Amino acid sequence: MLPSRSTVSKVFISGNHTFGEAAIRAGCHCYFGYPITPQNELGEYMAANLRKAGGVFVQSESETAAINMVIGAAATGVRVMTSSSSPGVSLKQEGMSFLAGFELPAVVVNVMRGGPGLGNIAPAQGDYFQATRGGGHGDYRTPVFAPNSVQEIADLTYHAFDVADRYRTPVMLLGDGMMGQMKEPVVFPEKIGKLPPKEWALTGRGDDPSRYMASLILDPHEMERHNWKLYRKYQEIEKHETKHEEYMLDDAEIAVIAYGTTARIAEGALNRVRKDGLKAGLLRPVSLWPFPAKAIQDLAQRVKHFIVFEMSTGQMVEDVRLALEGEGNVTFFGRPGGVIPTPAEFARIIYREYQKIQAK
Amino acid sequence: MKLLNEWPKYYKKDVVTHYCPGCGHGIVHRIVAELLEEMDLGKHAICVNPAGCAVLAYKYFDIDTLESAHGRGTAMATGIKRARPDKFVFTYQGDGDLSAIGTAETVHSANRGENFTVVFINNAVYGMTGGQMAPTTLIDQKTTTSPFGRDAKLEGYPLHITDVVSNFPGVVYAERVTVSNPAGIRKTKKAIRAAFQTQVDGLGYSIVEVLSPCPTNWKMNSVDSFKWVDDVMMKEFPLGVLTDKRGEKE
Repeated sequence: MLPSRSTVSKVFISGNHTFGEAAIRAGCHCYFGYPITPQNELGEYMAANLRKAGGVFVQSESETAAINMVIGAAATGVRVMTSSSSPGVSLKQEGMSFLAGFELPAVVVNVMRGGPGLGNIAPAQGDYFQATRGGGHGDYRTPVFAPNSVQEIADLTYHAFDVADRYRTPVMLLGDGMMGQMKEPVVFPEKIGKLPPKEWALTGRGDDPSRYMASLILDPHEMERHNWKLYRKYQEIEKHETKHEEYMLDDAEIAVIAYGTTARIAEGALNRVRKDGLKAGLLRPVSLWPFPAKAIQDLAQRVKHFIVFEMSTGQMVEDVRLALEGEGNVTFFGRPGGVIPTPAEFARIIYREYQKIQAK
Repeated sequence: MKLLNEWPKYYKKDVVTHYCPGCGHGIVHRIVAELLEEMDLGKHAICVNPAGCAVLAYKYFDIDTLESAHGRGTAMATGIKRARPDKFVFTYQGDGDLSAIGTAETVHSANRGENFTVVFINNAVYGMTGGQMAPTTLIDQKTTTSPFGRDAKLEGYPLHITDVVSNFPGVVYAERVTVSNPAGIRKTKKAIRAAFQTQVDGLGYSIVEVLSPCPTNWKMNSVDSFKWVDDVMMKEFPLGVLTDKRGEKE
């Protein structure tokens, strides 16, 4: 536990611990999880600190059980979190579909590792499709935020709880082994005080009419109404919660698009090529769904060459192509399987593409 | 003239049941609703209903209810009770839900000694999906997925999940009862009352397994299905208190 929760001071802390500390400070009352590497330090942090803070920690018998404990706690109106890594997040998808259907807020952390299958415990970005395409069954979306520093883990954890509550939806924080294990200086935002009550929560009927939460809607017309209702909510989320960051794009002739750890490495690569006078910059999606398609379209008005870096064989690149709708050239470079690319490697790709443009 | 039987306060009025004629669910629903009123629990009760025939229990119980994914009821109940220990929490689950797909959740919530109550309806088949073989299906019992009768060599034996969990230190009260005859119905109410009181006293996990007829899927008339519980099912699943650790916990 950090020395004092009330003082705002800079601390040197790992990403996994930061997810936990930020969640506690953001008013998370319950954490349910199952051990899996490379995110174990998060569950351990909650075991040591959440109960001390007056909250609830349960180590569940499976990721499936954990996400269903999340549903139960969320239904009573408290802030609740679970975390896992790729294979475990697959097991949570059923529950995430139910959270979406019930319209219950919760924060799910995925500290991604190499896959498919058990894969390995090294950093990877192979779960982008699963995270942004819903992952579970049914017609729903999950807001997904991808931090690129430990400081941003803290900031986005607060943000994730707010977005979850505001829209009554599960929200995913998508990191990877690098983000989880890395230590950096962090200034935590102010601890959140009393949260407003949730009128919809199941807390016993008292003297009021009873309420129920059900995702079973047998009448197709009623189910359709529910789907459209969710859709309208997702439109609102797209309108208000799309986040991205730009780095050295003002005069850029080439735009790199990368998120999370890959974006961090790309910044290093861009610093190198800039020294040689290459005009290249970075557009970093912070929200992966909703995807900053509009920002990419706007950028395509002046930049025609895009390089997408991912620690996968190419997943987000599909969203980039969809956003561009044929405008601009897209080059993809990926290192899947838990291999961490180096800034020098990315820089070489940027040089190569830059030379191609010059040659034309 | 004195009115002997009033409509239970926590059972919705003006609803038409979706349960089949002769089904045991209606009896158990009524018992639960009566106890919520008699024990003054309804105002702060939260029920977790299952995937299965009782998925629509919220149409009848006039208390706050949360639907669960198939088998996940006791995980959800864990979340509810841990988040709000002052609420009265119970799950209402069938044998497929609780002893097949939800076995892990059942076993581990019981082993943690979660302070909630499980009302477990055992009718030896999957009801809602049309009478497939359940873990509780008897040897030689014909179902749509054991059309020649359950063969122990191929499908194993009826699973006695309540007996299993009753051995756990955290399981304070476990009893098997039946609603197939009037004496059994009275005992069922007594058992669920004891289980509910176990939770109210904060002692830990309580579970009541109710043997319940399913004439539709057993392809019997109502009278025969009630007799089948008494004459056949009860031999495999004997009635009685399986554990009562209330004295030790106080």
